[in-house]
Amino acid sequence: MDPREAVETVFRIESPRIIATVTRLVRDVGIAEELAQDALVAALEQWPRDGVPDNPGAWLTATARRRAVDLIRRRETYARKLAEIGRDLTETTPPPEGDTDADDFGDDVLRLVFMACHPVLTPAARTALILRLLGGLTTAEIARAYLAPEATVAQRIVRAKRTLAEKNVAFEVPHGPDREARLGSVLDVIYLIFNEGYAATAGDDWLRPALCEDALRLARQLAALMPQEPEVHALAALLEFQASRTPARTDPDGGPVLLRDQDRRRWNRPLIARGIHALARAEATTSGAPGRYTLQATIAACHAHAHRYEDTDWPSIAVLYGLLATRFPSPVVELNRAVAVSMTQGPAAALTLVDALAAEPALEAYHLLPSVRGDLLERLGRTEEARAEFVRAAGLAGNGRERELLRRRAEGV
Amino acid sequence: MPRYLSLVKIDEARVPAEGHSEELGRRMGELIEEITKAGVMLDTAGLLPSAEGMSVRWEGGRITVTDGPFTESKEVVGGYAITQCKDRAEALYWAERFLRVHEEFWTLTCEVREIAEG
Repeated sequence: MDPREAVETVFRIESPRIIATVTRLVRDVGIAEELAQDALVAALEQWPRDGVPDNPGAWLTATARRRAVDLIRRRETYARKLAEIGRDLTETTPPPEGDTDADDFGDDVLRLVFMACHPVLTPAARTALILRLLGGLTTAEIARAYLAPEATVAQRIVRAKRTLAEKNVAFEVPHGPDREARLGSVLDVIYLIFNEGYAATAGDDWLRPALCEDALRLARQLAALMPQEPEVHALAALLEFQASRTPARTDPDGGPVLLRDQDRRRWNRPLIARGIHALARAEATTSGAPGRYTLQATIAACHAHAHRYEDTDWPSIAVLYGLLATRFPSPVVELNRAVAVSMTQGPAAALTLVDALAAEPALEAYHLLPSVRGDLLERLGRTEEARAEFVRAAGLAGNGRERELLRRRAEGV
Repeated sequence: MPRYLSLVKIDEARVPAEGHSEELGRRMGELIEEITKAGVMLDTAGLLPSAEGMSVRWEGGRITVTDGPFTESKEVVGGYAITQCKDRAEALYWAERFLRVHEEFWTLTCEVREIAEG
């Protein structure tokens, strides 16, 4: 590999760990990222001349660390001089104790994840920061994935880093009661990233596989870093199951294929096996009632186990959605529960549930509500009403491919 | 993200009789943990000596079964890893890291092949 390419590859792979290690020293993600970039520049200068070092990642990390230590020393000297002339020195950050340990990469990366998912940031800022710092994506790549202007994403990231610094967000994995809420936020961010790739809310491509892959990789990463957390394994399981369907979810033209019409021979079996394994680990590590992602992963497992649509264990799925709806109520869960109920008790029973959601403000512009309702009405033989619902759903769908599918369904009723 | 199959090939005749040094085992374990924590490793394992393996061949419409060791081939597969990487360059990076944990007296080939996706 030519040295330049080697530098860029190594940097992309190693940057989360470099930034995490340096953040531990300087306590500021923005500065840490700059120092990591400095190390990259140094590598671009030296490697083509001196050759790529044996352990390039360690070289980059050591260089960035050295610069961080220099920076801290300069700050200290500056602070001391300030103190000598009698000024306040609250601005300084002394290096924390015990910072000689460079082997704790995994823990540092974990701290970085928790920092980036802090509730002082908006969900959009959290996802951008996670993709940037942990996924190693460039601002341009994130902008492309979210169909957003690059300047918007760049500004969002800059502002997020500034907010973290201003609010003094600690570089730590929280303990005690905080922990569960923050872990929830971390998992939600990864799930959000996956979902944006799995069924894009806007644009012409229904799938953005790269986002799904990044999210899956992050989930696997997290599961390896936090092996004792059942919900982390559950999220990984859920994403493995969902990702396993990707090859069957689009037709040759890129349009969506509904679950019931998918050619299940095209589901990725190794991913399903990984999902089953991850779900088993979630169950083995849990001590209390199953969490949100464990329930969702169990539902996904029911689909994965059915070799034909007709073999789907709908009674179990309906029970699981019932549990989800009781413990983690949300209109979207209720809508999914209605679909499961339609498969066990028929469309009329499900329609009652769906109609109860009509006044739900959160679903007002959600195209899947009229889509499900149209489906139930069609099965009840109320074709005129069904057609109207599909037309309405098509009007609400933000994604071009989904809109097309719904229009076709309206015509087909 | 493409998946890669890394086949680690060794010359069984040149493997030290006492096997892996403790030090190599430790470094290898650390590296595998690192690759796993990076979200890259899907599966990996070493293989028992080819003396315990068998080769099943289909030729001219007939099956021939040969027990190991596979003396006719200089290098045999001694282990494998399945990883999911962003690209070839990342797959190469991890393969290099894997080879570099070995002591200098080892001779190894790591064949990295992209898995065709359906």
